[in-house]
Amino acid sequence: MSDLSRRDAVKAIARFGALVAAGGVVRPGTSALAQDDPVLAGRPLVRYPEKTDLILLTSRPPQLETPMEYFDRAITPNEAFFVRYHVFPIPLEVDLATWRLRVTGRVDRPLELSLDDLKTRFPRAAVTAVNQCSGNSRGRFSPRVLGGQWGDGAMGNAEWVGARLKDILAAAGVRQGAVQATFDGLDRPAFPSVPDFVKSLDIARIMDDQDILVAYQMNGAPLPMLNGYPARLVVPGWYATYWVKNLSEIEVVDGTFEKFWMRPGYRIPDNACGCVTPGTAPARTVPINRMTVRSFIASPRPGTRVAAGRPITLKGIAFDGGYGIQEVQISTDGGAVWRRADLGADLGRYSFREWSTAWTPRQPGPARVLVRAFNRIGESQGREALWNPAGYLRNVIEHLDLQVG
Amino acid sequence: MRRVPWPWLGLLLLTLATSAIGSADKMIPMPPDHAYAALKPGPGVEVTRQQCVSCHSTDYIVMQPRGDAKQWDGVVTKMIKVFGAPVNDQDAKTIVEYLATQYGN
Repeated sequence: MSDLSRRDAVKAIARFGALVAAGGVVRPGTSALAQDDPVLAGRPLVRYPEKTDLILLTSRPPQLETPMEYFDRAITPNEAFFVRYHVFPIPLEVDLATWRLRVTGRVDRPLELSLDDLKTRFPRAAVTAVNQCSGNSRGRFSPRVLGGQWGDGAMGNAEWVGARLKDILAAAGVRQGAVQATFDGLDRPAFPSVPDFVKSLDIARIMDDQDILVAYQMNGAPLPMLNGYPARLVVPGWYATYWVKNLSEIEVVDGTFEKFWMRPGYRIPDNACGCVTPGTAPARTVPINRMTVRSFIASPRPGTRVAAGRPITLKGIAFDGGYGIQEVQISTDGGAVWRRADLGADLGRYSFREWSTAWTPRQPGPARVLVRAFNRIGESQGREALWNPAGYLRNVIEHLDLQVG
Repeated sequence: MRRVPWPWLGLLLLTLATSAIGSADKMIPMPPDHAYAALKPGPGVEVTRQQCVSCHSTDYIVMQPRGDAKQWDGVVTKMIKVFGAPVNDQDAKTIVEYLATQYGN
């Protein structure tokens, strides 16, 4: 607590008291992390079932974000993986004796698959892939936009194991003329008037992609309930909105599915940048899809005091929408000169790519480090943040402020 | 009456607890809404709380950017028209006034 100001300490203690009163659990000493960041300021750390201390965005339906400290490595632990539900109540209980994944609609052979069926009737497939909320970093939009005011922690990377979605659909026999499949989980709204969370993907896209999985394993373990137990959809390269949790029903349909969470929900401007002039509305929209290139500095933490003339290690991760990270670059002079960081092990084109580099600060005073990444088709990040009314696709160049001397 | 040796009592309690869980392979409790997002006091706060918390905790409200009556009217209308919240016109007006006053810019 030595670097905390007196006022911050008082706030931290007050927050600890509030948490205890609410039945939450806090790790004292780390509640200061949120203080450095205006978007996270005042948000408590809470511990939900099967999870470690995460930053609370909302209690119900729960939305929990992962502290930046976890992004100094490629794999995000299951207990630290972010949580985002759309409707309440959420599933709190699963009985595998009765849980089934139903495949219905325009198929020759409707299926009712148990978890054992998923594991034994289909080849086991694995992919390491980033799961990032469409609205990750929405709290940083300027002008601000309505919606979940996330910091940067609505993302994570895991090794997913499961059955290929294309194999499941092939077993069911998709009929000629079918256009999309819809995906529904066990979460059901309290009122029938509230739109159930259902998403869709094109059949053509599913049958052409062997990495889309119905995953029953996450980093070598069953999925935490809040991350989709017993099985969730994994759509590598695309935003998490498609990765339906606690999956229970797949329906093959003839047309394009356009219920609330596909339209008007989760849409981006129909142009190359997915952006519009700040404060304006797009003329046409399309469903959000592939993720943009991003990179983050996770270590050291903002505001850290470092000695002039002594090398420090900068570490973080980079990722994109499935082409793979080619290069990560650092600038310590405001973006005039960029130099290449070292990349960690390549865990596949959908994965976080670790990066690190040594840097010796020279000038005492405040210092700013910039980071940007390039993927294998040359896409990168801009200096000016792009804007859209829903607060999606954020991928501006990130920075870290340090104190030298 | 003979006393039950405590290991047996423990086993009995464990059995009872297990049978209470039933056959669920995984079951988690739902933590209560966190106190940090309590609504500010003011006219209309009770109606606002009652109408909103049946679907979501109040952090969905307090985290939003501050806004005028037009912003909050848009939000409340969306909750009614799009999400089917069963809120009557009078309560909707009260909620918009409360939000524009306490969470206005």
